[in-house]
Amino acid sequence: MADSVLVPPDHTVPVAFTRAQLDWLPWLEPLMAEALTDRHMASLVDAARVKSPYFRLLARDPDALEARTRTDKDIFYNPDAGLPRAERELAAAATSRSNGCIYCASVHARHAATYSKREADVQRLLDDGVSADLGERWNAIVAASVALTATPITFGPEHVDRLRRSGLDDLAIADVIHAAAFFNWANRLMLSLGEPAAAAHA
Amino acid sequence: MPGTDADVIDGLVGIASGSPLDAIRARRPEARIHAQASYRALFAPEVPGDVTAQERFAVGSFVTGLHGETAIAAFYAAGLAASGASAALREAVDAAIAEARAQGPYGSYPAGPLSREDTAGPVYRVAADTRRMLGPRLAAAFEHMHLLVFHPRDAEPVRLQALLDAGWSTTDIVTLSQIAAFLSFQIRVVAGLRTLAGRS
Repeated sequence: MADSVLVPPDHTVPVAFTRAQLDWLPWLEPLMAEALTDRHMASLVDAARVKSPYFRLLARDPDALEARTRTDKDIFYNPDAGLPRAERELAAAATSRSNGCIYCASVHARHAATYSKREADVQRLLDDGVSADLGERWNAIVAASVALTATPITFGPEHVDRLRRSGLDDLAIADVIHAAAFFNWANRLMLSLGEPAAAAHA
Repeated sequence: MPGTDADVIDGLVGIASGSPLDAIRARRPEARIHAQASYRALFAPEVPGDVTAQERFAVGSFVTGLHGETAIAAFYAAGLAASGASAALREAVDAAIAEARAQGPYGSYPAGPLSREDTAGPVYRVAADTRRMLGPRLAAAFEHMHLLVFHPRDAEPVRLQALLDAGWSTTDIVTLSQIAAFLSFQIRVVAGLRTLAGRS
């Protein structure tokens, strides 16, 4: 039988950026959990991801998925100096806000708020967009993320200088670059292979 | 030529062993190793599946060309040539890049309060002459790659149906999507680190 696109079940479409938990509904058929081989399971990296239709869809190309996931984890979770976790999440949220990925923005705004304890500032980024005034250090990180998200890319020496003036060393600036770059990867998959839905049991 | 084990990001940024950026990348060793593993998985896969090396590099050339990053685009164009692509196909890729350039991100949100942020921009349709040279399968892929590069928030299921109709399978579409999405990452890491190096 030829492949076909999936029609998602009835759901509530989120129409604003939010820190609430969202679901994600695939437009293409994920692999069935029962049909996953050892190679597919290994590509998920975390076995719990077998519950996620997003990761079971990406598992159709397991080598690409595994390398994607291991890249992601080091950029965001490596605790060795550089940019604090809260600000790596801020760069991810700002990138997602700029590209318009409501799902990715919800997850990483939640993380940014959790790690920074600056819920109001994170919410302002979601509500008012990437020009919201979040204080100079966060403004510099958001502006760098947005410039990296533009196509063609508009990130230039002035962004590096502004980050340095805000106290970031070169490892931290490299972390901003990687966090924003990675969410240009993640946003495109999330936006184009399915859609967000308000959680049934919010 | 592309497809060897030399680290592509290091090569494109010009990171020499022992340089400050080499030391910075070494602090995130898994990201460095697996960014390269992602490149290999997508452009020199052990299990190629139904997406040929020529198709992978044609798409890679198109996506990097759309970003206007000359050195990176040249790297993927070299990969396309090495894959045995005809001169006609390589010309078609260049023609498509010239036709399709835009500035992103733009696009629309679901109707509601975000509609005031909707930003109009081109929806790419491959021109008739270029389509003839690319063939229907690559032409459909390029139209989708343009969406992913410049206005991913406009994605909808009908765009995936167009790929299925052109002969791409569900698994092929996952691979194509990963190529566009991964390159969006790789290009930004290269451009960002190059700018950082230039400010040292």
